[in-house]
Amino acid sequence: MISFLFFLGFLVFYGLIAIYAERKISAFIQDRYGPMEVGYKGLLQTFADILKLLQKEHIFTFAADKPLFAIAPTIIFVAMFAAFAVIPLSVNITGSAVATGVYYALAIVSLDILGILMAGWGSNNKYAIIGAYRSVAQIVSYEIPLGLAVLGVIMMSGTLDLQEISLQQSIFYEGATKNAESYLFGLKFLGINVGKYGGILSWNIFRMPPLIIGFVIFFITSLAESNRAPFDLPEAESELIAGFHTEYSGFRFAVIMLAEYGVMLLTSFLAVVLFLGSWSTPLPNIGALKLADWTSGTPGSISADLWGIFWLCLKAMTLVLVQIWIRWTFPRLRVDQLMNLGWKYLTPAALIIIFIVGLWKLALL
Amino acid sequence: MKRKGANNTYFGNITEAFDTLISGLKTTWKHIPLARKKRSAKNVDSDKYFEKQEGLFTVQYPRFEMPVPEKGRYQLHNEIEDCIVCDKCAKVCPVDCIDIEPVKATEEIGKTSDGTPKRIHAAKFDIDMAKCCFCGLCTTVCPTECLTMSQDYDYSTFDITDHNFPFSKMTEKEISDARADLEKAMEEKAAKARKKAENRATSESSEKSSEAAKPKAAKPKFKPRPMKKKIDSDTDDNKKDDN
Repeated sequence: MISFLFFLGFLVFYGLIAIYAERKISAFIQDRYGPMEVGYKGLLQTFADILKLLQKEHIFTFAADKPLFAIAPTIIFVAMFAAFAVIPLSVNITGSAVATGVYYALAIVSLDILGILMAGWGSNNKYAIIGAYRSVAQIVSYEIPLGLAVLGVIMMSGTLDLQEISLQQSIFYEGATKNAESYLFGLKFLGINVGKYGGILSWNIFRMPPLIIGFVIFFITSLAESNRAPFDLPEAESELIAGFHTEYSGFRFAVIMLAEYGVMLLTSFLAVVLFLGSWSTPLPNIGALKLADWTSGTPGSISADLWGIFWLCLKAMTLVLVQIWIRWTFPRLRVDQLMNLGWKYLTPAALIIIFIVGLWKLALL
Repeated sequence: MKRKGANNTYFGNITEAFDTLISGLKTTWKHIPLARKKRSAKNVDSDKYFEKQEGLFTVQYPRFEMPVPEKGRYQLHNEIEDCIVCDKCAKVCPVDCIDIEPVKATEEIGKTSDGTPKRIHAAKFDIDMAKCCFCGLCTTVCPTECLTMSQDYDYSTFDITDHNFPFSKMTEKEISDARADLEKAMEEKAAKARKKAENRATSESSEKSSEAAKPKAAKPKFKPRPMKKKIDSDTDDNKKDDN
């Protein structure tokens, strides 16, 4: 329940600041000012925009498939928001403690595409339907390397429970039921157990170095998952106006927009939980400097919750920042280039990573 | 970095992709810290105009305006006190955006700032900036240099008729007074002429009086006499134009 309330509030707050950040960063990259009028340095601009959108009329085009058109934003938002249920916030707050958390998250995020297709089809607009088709074609190419990249983590940690994966990467590793011990760079023969050092060394990408490439693959495909540039084919504004949400207005548009930014946040959260140590601190214990202990709080108390939420959100926000940065740097891929990337490069690479992780685990751990 | 596309193999493509992607990210990242710097208000005339190549390039327009060149072609302005209503600008205008209605004065009505006597009232001096093609010809022909292009370029309006800028400062009453004076003078002149004609021959008098009323209709054909006194070299050019 705490998890639900936190994510609901955080998502709205995040939506406001992420859109502001996106506009400001894009402006700075392009040597512009960005929003400057509403509030100090335009801080309230997004708030004003949302307020405006809420007052706007819901326009239904004459030929729209009204039930589909009306319900599509809800499906997009619900599919995205439901996945937040399994994200653990701290050592105490596990969210929904599903044993198959990773599987559930990936499955329910894929439902998102159903909403996009409904929106595109229901609009009865050529740009919207082309956007929706592209989205559906795209999902086939990127969900496979996405799943395979996650599979490497699951092989490493031996569980689908996101809280379990988080515990393994933290200094509270005793709480984990299996694979709790982590060795320096995944090399057991060195005999250095980094569990008690905690920090960055016990993150999955350092417990199992091949997962660094796995993380890159996950990050690239998560950009496609959230329909972000350079994979924003479904809404390619220069070609398709706004893609699948061309015909939307008012509150429904706001919901789609929020869901889009929500997926960015969700994939960042998942990347953090799976690869970057979840809610655990990046600072290790070094001798007398118990940095990890100081920045983790004590389990069962509120301090652990605050530190956990702080680190989780900080890491996720950094990834969102990188996503924004990437969006304003790279041009959009063509459909065939996306397929090429997904099938010829990412999928084989992800398979090789799984293979290496398997061998590594058998031979070195 | 090596030549792009030189290593067109599977792994060559991957390396090249990473190289180019990272250099792209570096390029954009460099601009973010530079956003603290602002564009300076240097005029385009300044030698250092092109020196500043980094930092925010746009300006927050209504609050901050970039200085424009002094001799740029922006909005036309007529200093009506200095205008002798010679009608040259209206004649030279390729798009006929200047609309002048002169009313001849009976005597000299004042002097411009350069000492040229004014003999014509400007009952109407309208410049329609919506029609203007910003060629600047009117400013070059203006003998008293009262018609200039100002540095004001932001005069967009919601109604296109607001782009018509009236420069005449005469009120309706002043205009009608001037007309009445002119009429009176004309009549007196005509009467004088009639008297002269009567003295010469009574048969031609009726024709003469009708001719005397004519100059009123042919007003724009006024020749700018004051200039001839002032600038000699210009006079020759203008003469050529008039012919």
